[in-house]
Amino acid sequence: MSSGVGVDLQDMWIKFGDFVAVREANVNIKGGEFFSFLGPSGCGKTTILRAVSGFLEPSDGKVLIGGNDMAGKGPNERPTALIFQNLALFPLMKVWENITFSMEVRGASADERRKRADELLDMIALSGQGDKLPSELSGGQKQRVAIARALCAQPDVLLLDEPLSALDLKLRQHMRTELREIQKRVGITFIYITHDQGEALTMSDSVAVMKAGIIDQISDGKSIYDDPATAFVASFVGENNVFRGKISKIIDGQAIIDTNRTGLLRGRVSSMAQGKLSVGDDAMMFIRPEALDISEEKSASDTRIIANVRHSEFEGQSYNVFMEGSAGKEMKMALTNRGETRLYDADVELTLGYDANQAVIVPAGELASE
Amino acid sequence: MKTESPLIRFGLAIYLVLFFTYLLGPLVLMGITAFNSASFPQVTPWEVFSFEWFTTLFNDKRILSGIGNSLIVGFFTVILSVAMGLAGALMLTQIWPKLRATFYTVIIAPILIPGVVLGISTLVFWDRVNIMLGLSDDSFLRNGIFLTVLGQATFISSYCMLVFVARLQRYDLGLTEAALDLGATHVQAFRKIQLPFLMPAVGSAAVLAFLASFENYNTTTFTFQDYPTLTIELAQKVRYGIDPSVSALAFIIVVITVFFALLNEVKTRRAQLAIANGAPVGAVSGSFKMPGFFSGNPAAVVLTLFVAVVVGTIAYSQFYDPEPAKAVLLKEKRAAQQLRIKALQERVRLQRLEKKLKGPDIFGSGNSKVPQPPSKSASPFGNVFAPTNLEKAAGTNKDEKKPAPKKPGTSAFGNVFAPTNLEKAAPKE
Ligand SMILES: Nc1ncnc2c1ncn2[C@@H]1O[C@H](COP(=O)(O)OP(=O)(O)OP(=O)(O)O)[C@@H](O)[C@H]1O
Ligand SMILES: [Mg+2]
Repeated sequence: MSSGVGVDLQDMWIKFGDFVAVREANVNIKGGEFFSFLGPSGCGKTTILRAVSGFLEPSDGKVLIGGNDMAGKGPNERPTALIFQNLALFPLMKVWENITFSMEVRGASADERRKRADELLDMIALSGQGDKLPSELSGGQKQRVAIARALCAQPDVLLLDEPLSALDLKLRQHMRTELREIQKRVGITFIYITHDQGEALTMSDSVAVMKAGIIDQISDGKSIYDDPATAFVASFVGENNVFRGKISKIIDGQAIIDTNRTGLLRGRVSSMAQGKLSVGDDAMMFIRPEALDISEEKSASDTRIIANVRHSEFEGQSYNVFMEGSAGKEMKMALTNRGETRLYDADVELTLGYDANQAVIVPAGELASE
Repeated sequence: MKTESPLIRFGLAIYLVLFFTYLLGPLVLMGITAFNSASFPQVTPWEVFSFEWFTTLFNDKRILSGIGNSLIVGFFTVILSVAMGLAGALMLTQIWPKLRATFYTVIIAPILIPGVVLGISTLVFWDRVNIMLGLSDDSFLRNGIFLTVLGQATFISSYCMLVFVARLQRYDLGLTEAALDLGATHVQAFRKIQLPFLMPAVGSAAVLAFLASFENYNTTTFTFQDYPTLTIELAQKVRYGIDPSVSALAFIIVVITVFFALLNEVKTRRAQLAIANGAPVGAVSGSFKMPGFFSGNPAAVVLTLFVAVVVGTIAYSQFYDPEPAKAVLLKEKRAAQQLRIKALQERVRLQRLEKKLKGPDIFGSGNSKVPQPPSKSASPFGNVFAPTNLEKAAGTNKDEKKPAPKKPGTSAFGNVFAPTNLEKAAPKE
């Protein structure tokens, strides 16, 4: 599958006047990979994509596609195709004309184009709808037409800018699988942008998490989730309980953190933070709601926390229990629904336990808002 | 909202009536005068329904050549203005944002400059250029059409630009980017994506430019040289007195305008209907299907009726002959005239008698009232335009004219119009 064309960003900076939209990006995207940029709105994802597709020149650094420096090459000279955030289907052209626009500008005959359009329409399960206008399609259908239009240009790299953000949940989930399948079938490099972490994690071979123009971590989805490099990544990807404090002891890969409100707790130092933390440093420990469980032991220890139930809610596959620990420390626990009734009443006192390897310690830093 | 009092609604109705009367009243009146045989555009002393002013109009060489020149000038002005307006509007979207306001002001300035100034400066500028290039006095730089087109386009292209700017504001530049991304060159992206999007604006800008060119007088009056346009011809014609052939022209222009307005309305409504029915517009706008054409489209019905009436009127005018009616009218007028003369003679006789019998006349003023002529067509103002009618009739009536001006008390308007009418009649003979 590594037949595709890779993309490299080398020390790339993008500035708009004094404003730095992307700071020193270093990314290696392997050929044939499904690579995602994940980050909150306004963090510079689209800007990176525009630099790759040629609508922007980096203020500094290089963009390489298949090892070739792209400096000075316009978007129509690069082997990329971009699927725009708003799709940008040509409203006055029929679906089949939209799909084969790239052939039209290369001077292909109408017959040729029609034939190719029919093939692609079959692929995206829209056979026989080629004569409609884009305005006559549903959101998901437009989506697929945009994909077909980009694929028709036979790019080496397909760039997708939040293509699923306008769709409803069901369709989004369906399109995720479909996109992944298309990517496997055509075997070209996909660079995918999203602010939806679920999307990034399910589809990607690698994910880059961005915060205000800075790439915090590049890894496969599992590492991003289980082994976040920074407090931002830990708080942005999935839900987490945060415990702030100072490092009081470091033992092998683990550390004891003296938390502000919950006492001494043990956790694993994130692999990216290994060696960067020393005793007395400000740090943060993150425990996922699903990593917490009811402990058999009733006494507190460095992997047990005592808390009172505030309220619980039933969420189908799990129960969410919201609790308050000492000094008003708020926590959330997710318990898998196994059939027994486990909705806890308010004010019940629980002892929560966790596996120290599932609590991640990173240097103190900015959290994702919300 | 039922709280609206009937008083307010009544007031609103009155206002609307007044408003539309103010807007359309003059046009309607002028249209009607085109069909009155009277030689001054008038409605009230209705003489005979006639198409003669249309004939006069179509036989007026100067008006016809004026229309021809206007069409030529309009054609070139449209091409030049649309092209320049489009270029300006595109420039405005591309230019560095900080310069945009300045550029906009510069390009909009010709609209704010009086047309007279534009006309004079066009003339002077190209005259200078002509001299600088050392061309002869009859070079194309001095050609009336050339100068008029350039003079008009200076400000009409600004109108066009405004139309394009409005449309461009709704254009998603992402579409051009998408085209480039798919391998199109900048020219291809413009021609295949942006220009088709701008097409409706090209249409409206062209119509606007043509109308602005067609009705322009201020600028053209300095630049037309040997090619007077319609407005110039009309202005010159009116200077020597107005006749209803101008009304006839106005009527034709109004009819054409109404036709296109209706046509446009029909098209808009069809598009709306198509969208409402969920059908693709393209599929509907293809051919004229008779039942579908009318269904739910009152504008189409009105348009059809309108065309039918116009065609009917033209056909009718081919064999309609106003002469018999005119003859009848003339007879009636003459009879009325005779009656009046008789009455006058009678009064003079009586006065003489009275003078003989008594001294000063006490009831003289009361007696001066002339008995109304019995004829229906001779209105209370019948004698106002009497001199004209007499003129038209024949030379023999000329001596009968004399008594008319002798009665100053008969009508307040009699004397006012008489000289004008005589003057106008003069060049005909
Ligand atoms: N042409 C521009 N001029 C100035 N600033 C810009 C320009 N384009 C983007 N920016 C700024 O750069 C930052 C990143 O923008 P970008 O569009 O890349 O965000 P994004 O991550 O794609 O966000 P979203 O998820 O909302 O699409 C934003 O703060 C934006 O205001
Ligand atoms: Mg974006």
